[in-house]
Formats: sequence, C-alpha cells, structure tokens
Amino acid sequence: MNGITEIITAIFILIGSVISLLAAVGLVRLPDVYTRSHAASKSSTLGVLCVLTGTLLFFLMSDGYFSIRLILGIFFVFLTAPVAAHVICRAAYRNNAPVADTMVEDELKEYYELHPDYKKKSVVVEETTVQVED
Amino acid sequence: MFKTVLFISLCLLALTILLNLYRVVKGPTSADRIQALDSVGINLIASIGIFSVLFHTRAFFDLMLLIGILSFIGTIAFARFIERSVVIERDN
Repeated sequence: MNGITEIITAIFILIGSVISLLAAVGLVRLPDVYTRSHAASKSSTLGVLCVLTGTLLFFLMSDGYFSIRLILGIFFVFLTAPVAAHVICRAAYRNNAPVADTMVEDELKEYYELHPDYKKKSVVVEETTVQVED
Repeated sequence: MFKTVLFISLCLLALTILLNLYRVVKGPTSADRIQALDSVGINLIASIGIFSVLFHTRAFFDLMLLIGILSFIGTIAFARFIERSVVIERDN
C-alpha cells in the first residue's frame, strides 16, 4: 500500500516537473512574445496541475486526508493562468510588440484598422484626452 | 528512492525558475518579463507542493493558495499598467 502510494505520487510529481522544465525551455528559445506566452502559460499550467494532483493523491492515500484547500489551489491555477496570459498578450499587442519573421498573416490588424477606437491608447484626465506616447 | 525522486523534481523546478529568470533579465519587452514572473509564481506553487510531500506536513497548503492569488493579481495589475498607463482608472 505504501509502496503504491509513493510510486503514483512520484510519477505525477516527476511528470509535472518535466513539463514545467519544457515550458521554461520554450520561454527561453521561442522567437516572440506571443509564442513565448503560449509555451509558458499552457505548459506550466499543466505541470503545476500534475504536481498538485500528485500532492493531493499522496495525502489522500497516506493519511486519508482530502484537502479542500489543495482542490481550490488546483482550480484557481487552472482558472487564472490562461486569463493572465490573455491579458499579457493583449497588452503586448496594443503596445505594438515585435513579432517573429515567420508570421504569415495578422488578421487582428485588419480588425483594428476597421475599428480604430480599439487601438487608440488614450487616458482621460479631467475631461481632456491626452495621447500617451509609446 | 521516493525522496530521491522528489529531490530530482525540486532540482528540475529550480532549473525551471532559473530559465524563467533568464527571460526576466533578457526579455526585450515588458510583456515578456511579466509572463516570466507569472510563470515563476506558478512554479513556486509546485515547489511548495513538493516540499509539503517531502516533509509530510499539511501546513503549507494555505501558502499555495495565497501565492496563486497574489501572483494573479500582480500580473493583472502590471498588464493593465503597460496597456493603458494606469492600474485603477478614475470614474468621471
């Protein structure tokens, strides 16, 4: 019983760590902001979910203790990491972040040219519109 | 054997955080730095999970939830700051 618990926990935690390391390798090697954000958000989310699931199974099988806080942590990481990556990528696009040479087509650019209000970076200070420089 | 595997996993996570810090230092835009710091926070959560298995204690579960929430709030605040130059807009 104890051996099976340790084997399952070790497999989950080792797989999660390796996936996190792959996410970091993608964060270092990929060419532009969007591909790096793609690698970092998805892979490190999956890695940390594997590690926390291993922790949950370890405490469930060795102590018989089902941790609600760990479930909440898993759920919260699963919910918030893609949202954070989305917000970061949108901020990078609105700041005209450089893209890689391998990009073929920018469909969002046409949309922004059609609706120029979305891209205008402006801050309203006391009823006067002040354009913010890049 | 079990503790060896956990220790190897901790070393892999330390290497992960070092690679993320490389991106924090080098990153050409600030969005890269924010993404890398968010990734460091998530990897810290995983490290705390491995430490709580290694020490066989339940005392660190609150810490995991807390780091997750603080990392998310910090990321959103920084992204709003580089997107529209303010974090909290005034109502008018």
